[in-house]
Amino acid sequence: MPLFRDDAVVLRVHKLGEADRIVTLLTRKHGRVRAVGKGVRRTTSRFGARLEPASHIDVQFLTRTSAAPGAAGKLDLVTQTESLDNLGARLSLDYGKWTAASAICEIAERLTAEEGEPALRLYLLVLGALRALDSGEHDVTLVLDAYLIRAAALEGWEPALDDCAKCAAPGPHTAFHIAAGGVVCGNCRPPGSARPAPETLLLMRALLRSDWPAADVSEAFHRREASGLISAHIQWHLERGLRALPMVERG
Amino acid sequence: MMYEGPVQDLMDELGRLPGIGPKSAQRIAFHILSSESADIDRMIAALTRVKLEVKFCRICGNVSEQDECRICRDPRRDPSIICVVEEPKDVVAVERTREFRGRYHVLGGAISPIDGIGPDNLRIRELLTRLGDGVVMELILATDPNLEGEATATYLARLLRPMGLTVSRLASGLPVGGDLEYADEVTLGRALSGRRSVE
Repeated sequence: MPLFRDDAVVLRVHKLGEADRIVTLLTRKHGRVRAVGKGVRRTTSRFGARLEPASHIDVQFLTRTSAAPGAAGKLDLVTQTESLDNLGARLSLDYGKWTAASAICEIAERLTAEEGEPALRLYLLVLGALRALDSGEHDVTLVLDAYLIRAAALEGWEPALDDCAKCAAPGPHTAFHIAAGGVVCGNCRPPGSARPAPETLLLMRALLRSDWPAADVSEAFHRREASGLISAHIQWHLERGLRALPMVERG
Repeated sequence: MMYEGPVQDLMDELGRLPGIGPKSAQRIAFHILSSESADIDRMIAALTRVKLEVKFCRICGNVSEQDECRICRDPRRDPSIICVVEEPKDVVAVERTREFRGRYHVLGGAISPIDGIGPDNLRIRELLTRLGDGVVMELILATDPNLEGEATATYLARLLRPMGLTVSRLASGLPVGGDLEYADEVTLGRALSGRRSVE
């Protein structure tokens, strides 16, 4: 199948040679795909702004995977694109939203270790998060944190917010430990555990379950505390820091 | 197959240059081998000079042979207008138009959170210092017409607006010589919103 077509969100772009780009996309059916966009950086490129980060596009690839492994030119080629939604162009006009969108795209790339492995739920989550950022219905920080905690849950890293993460003793519990995987009871509490406010844990539950009415009325202090715990939780599981996350403008 | 030491060393060094793959490195290495010694001496001298003599202008950040670049030293250039660009090569691109008579400020890149490049990694603090003396009245944000350039311009505009300066962004529109049907929605949308009356 030399040609294949899919819906995709552009996660990131790298410069390649004189005027080309390597584009990393999260597709609906084919997971993460890296492909070359020929001549994208020229002002006369027919791709124009369609292959920019956070753009939602309908894209056709020419696959070149029959080449020897590791051979030059092994990446697929982008042959045609159509815009489905110019999310990136609109998000770039608001610096706070743009930094959050960058973090969303970076995490999606990290969570899709294998190219070509379908990741439909993550694709829908990324698209939903970018659309929520664009709509401006909810605070940027809340949208980002909801994305992070749900992305962690998709990977099987859902933080325990009710029962103890170690012994499953029924909650509520007051201590939270990143390495333990969530809230911990008084008997299991490792040294150095955080003691978030009960409202912070309620907010994290609301973000995990898409309970936006509850999340929208949360206070700034609890949002900051939840952001810190969620960021630490996902970065601990990813086993490395995220570049875009510290640059996100939090309200 | 590996070549004899010096040839392989040269190919390895050439292969580290941007856009030079193994085949290109091999081709250039053999071109150098077959070139006259005088040509190679000239190239070595040029490479040595560029590293020893070229520095960055202390005012605008453009490449220069002196502490201040040719444009910053030129008294005929309008000091009240600054064109903000990402890279020194963008200065050359704007200069080729012969339309701009102001001065420049080179940021050294664009804000790209996903690559770990934030406002603190660019020459934004130096730009604010330049604006402190009250001479500059207008700023043209000429960052690249991609979303990273757009986000950088958005950040700068938000930072500079309270200072009471005239801040403008380069227009986006349709390239001369292209077909309308191939224009993407973002470019065509901006061309429509920035349309001008025909004289």
